[in-house]
Amino acid sequence: MLNKNPLWRYLLVIGVLLLALVYALPNLYPEDPALNISATRGGVVSEQARAELERSFDQANISAKSVVLEEGQVLARFNTTEDQLQAREIAAEKLGANYVTALNLAPATPAWLNAIGASPMKLGLDLRGGVHFLMAVDMKAALNKNLNDMEETFRADLREDRVRYRNIQADLAKGYVTITMRSAEDVAAAQAALKKRDRELVFSPGAEEFSFNTSISELRLKEIQEYALEQNITIIRNRVNEIGVAEPIVQRQGADRIVVQLPGVQDTAKAKEILGATATLEFRLVDTDADLAAALEGRIPPGTELFYSRDGRPVLLEKKIMLTGEHITGASSSFDEYSRPQVSIKLDAKGGNKLSESTRTAIGRRMASVFIEYKPSEELDEKGNPILVKNQEVINDATIQARLGRDFRITGIDSPGEAQNLATLLRAGALLAPIQIIEERTIGPSLGKENIQLGTTAIMWGMVTVLIFMVIYYKAFGLVANLALVANLVLIVGVMSMIPGATLTLPGMAGIVLTVGMAVDANVLIFERIREELADGRSVQQAIHHGYDRAFATITDSNITTLLVALILFGIGTGPVKGFAVTLAIGILTSIFTAVVGTRLLVNLFWGGRRVQSLPI
Amino acid sequence: MQIFNFKQPLNFMRLKWAAIILSSIMLIASVASISIKGINWGLDFTGGTVIEAGFAQPADLPAVRQTLAVAGYSDAVVQLFGTSRDVLIRIPLREDIEQATLGDEVMAILNQNNANGVTMRRIEFVGPSVGEELKQDGGLAMLVALIGILLYVTMRFEWRLSVGAVISLAHDAIITMGLFSILGLEFDLTVLAAILALIGYSINDTIVVFDRIRESFRKLRDTSVTETINDAITSTLNRTVITSLTTVLVLIVLFYMGGALIHGFATALLFGVAIGTYSSIYVASSVAEILGISREDMLPPPPIEKEGENTEALL
Repeated sequence: MLNKNPLWRYLLVIGVLLLALVYALPNLYPEDPALNISATRGGVVSEQARAELERSFDQANISAKSVVLEEGQVLARFNTTEDQLQAREIAAEKLGANYVTALNLAPATPAWLNAIGASPMKLGLDLRGGVHFLMAVDMKAALNKNLNDMEETFRADLREDRVRYRNIQADLAKGYVTITMRSAEDVAAAQAALKKRDRELVFSPGAEEFSFNTSISELRLKEIQEYALEQNITIIRNRVNEIGVAEPIVQRQGADRIVVQLPGVQDTAKAKEILGATATLEFRLVDTDADLAAALEGRIPPGTELFYSRDGRPVLLEKKIMLTGEHITGASSSFDEYSRPQVSIKLDAKGGNKLSESTRTAIGRRMASVFIEYKPSEELDEKGNPILVKNQEVINDATIQARLGRDFRITGIDSPGEAQNLATLLRAGALLAPIQIIEERTIGPSLGKENIQLGTTAIMWGMVTVLIFMVIYYKAFGLVANLALVANLVLIVGVMSMIPGATLTLPGMAGIVLTVGMAVDANVLIFERIREELADGRSVQQAIHHGYDRAFATITDSNITTLLVALILFGIGTGPVKGFAVTLAIGILTSIFTAVVGTRLLVNLFWGGRRVQSLPI
Repeated sequence: MQIFNFKQPLNFMRLKWAAIILSSIMLIASVASISIKGINWGLDFTGGTVIEAGFAQPADLPAVRQTLAVAGYSDAVVQLFGTSRDVLIRIPLREDIEQATLGDEVMAILNQNNANGVTMRRIEFVGPSVGEELKQDGGLAMLVALIGILLYVTMRFEWRLSVGAVISLAHDAIITMGLFSILGLEFDLTVLAAILALIGYSINDTIVVFDRIRESFRKLRDTSVTETINDAITSTLNRTVITSLTTVLVLIVLFYMGGALIHGFATALLFGVAIGTYSSIYVASSVAEILGISREDMLPPPPIEKEGENTEALL
């Protein structure tokens, strides 16, 4: 007889639903106010530190729900927000500067759910509050820096090969270095000398006689940009860690954008200050032989550059950079033997070698530290972005006493506060290319809570309205469709919780509401077909069978096209559009499953495979 | 219970030309309004700063405007948002102010002048380049979606239906945008998402009708093309109306209960679903009929060479 299902099909559907239900469960549990304690610069918190923390919480009469060490971080849960805030002060006091304490909301998921990897849906910032920054990396600056480096390297290379040149000049606007020689033979010799060191250089004839332009290949250009972006992301990540935020997001977006999301952060001014400080440090030798007075009149000797110190004193520095900030791995402020503020700097191996090499022949000469900062100015470029102004000043210069290695100190800093500031900036690393905030969205925590509440009520009432309508319209079959709708909602929530990348946003919630409205479509298609078949005079069993059969083709066709739209949205869209696309796509798949497979089982169970006079439809 | 129960197919195609004239008028009005009046682009597209501030008591808007004008923000737009205690402040992009820190400054100004304290609910700053890109990306998303649909429907059905579907989708999207332009409603990112969702909804609707047209062509041997289309639309009418009805029901719930941030989304979809339902009944099939769809185009098995020719001729 028609319309009977094998047992395995029931088991399959029940299994899928149970699985979704279990993974949807964590969303029902409330969240505990918690503290997230991690060590700075990728360090690990010891078990000893954890035990100590627990003891000090006890001493202060704060009852912590639990203090656990997980993956090198301590997570302490509390009953109230007051306890949490008080505990933060204690922890900060106890642990000192090498640890970061972040306020967090930890889901109170029971252990057995945690054990199978079930966790609640990730909430977007619009639902839990926090700051979202979109930053643009100034690639032009990164490339200019590279061009200036090229200019210097070419000088050194040609000198080493004893090829006499007339002039070497970087053209930042056009993106190449122009080299002018004395004769055609010299041009050939110079090109050979440069090519020997770098095969990827591209030469083109210059505007003047015996001159040629040198640029780098497209591929290399891309590499430089990639590197600048990656470096910036790493540095921003470090800076974000210094602020102490639980679950921050630092992500690349497109060719030159970085997305930073700091959940729970309210003090945006401070966050911006720390994130946006686009500073870098360079060490250069002071050219004491050159004529400073002439330089001030505009006759700057080649190979040097004019700088000013903080108090406005002019200094001539060699263009060649001994060391840049990217090699700095650590910096701390302290006091020297005369109680003057100083900054101790640690370098990576490459930086150490570089500095050691360049200070070998420079003992007794003066080395200047140049602090470079990029700040957006009032003026805008043709695209409407503020033009960045490069601010550079010599923060100190000191005589090199001995060959410097991986550890050295900068002295002669005015105040302890300044030393601390400098150390923080150095520690956070130097940005290869300046960044600027081009988009900022801050959502207050109360608004986030409100959004969740509004979204949940909207989903609930939307659901209830549709459920009532379906029962009135389709009677018992309406009940079947309603079961499918509820199952559909559970499936959406379960799948959203299971997929690691899926984040629930406010438009996403709207997407779920919309799916509830649209999910009945498949059921309506099927039920209308069954009615038609019955009206055509078919038997009940035939009508059910053909109804499902015929509707199936339509359902797949129409939903595949909608799915196509959702996938395109996901691929092209950003932010809210993406969040919406995720829920829409998941909703389409789950509604096909519940409508086609789920309701069929129920219909077959109640009315299939036996003599039925009429259908309650 | 059943809304419609027809013994004979309704003659939908009789109104074909009336529908086409109506659609043309709506399209022309939309395009005219979009090009003359323009669209009231939201912050996401124009750039600028939006601050939503929560006041302890119902806010005194003139006082807030006055305070801001004194502080140098005389071009700020101040309005209530949702409730009488929530105030939305929009400050357009200006060359002489640093937008990225503007939100914090305005909050400080408001707090100085209100003893009860004003809480920050939301601050959004969007740079000009971001908005421009967004417009491009949004347009691109729509275009790619339409091309994808064009290809899929051509492959699964027939090129005339495919053209009909895409024209009806573009019709829906343009008229919905036109309505936003005529009414001067703010067009932000959620509205863009709504229009893209509308494309998804409307294609769903259209395909259901097409599917039935194909089936009717195969089933009804002795009827004219117009009669076949009428039969298909009539027999799917119940489904079309019920699905639209449930969707509209939840959208109304969303409009009233989803909060102020979702209003634009709900408005766009409420209108879009109505226009989308109309267009999948009238526009898509009418276009296919005018393009000269015939029974032979729908009968299995289709001669492969001929279909290939048609596809190429179109693309």
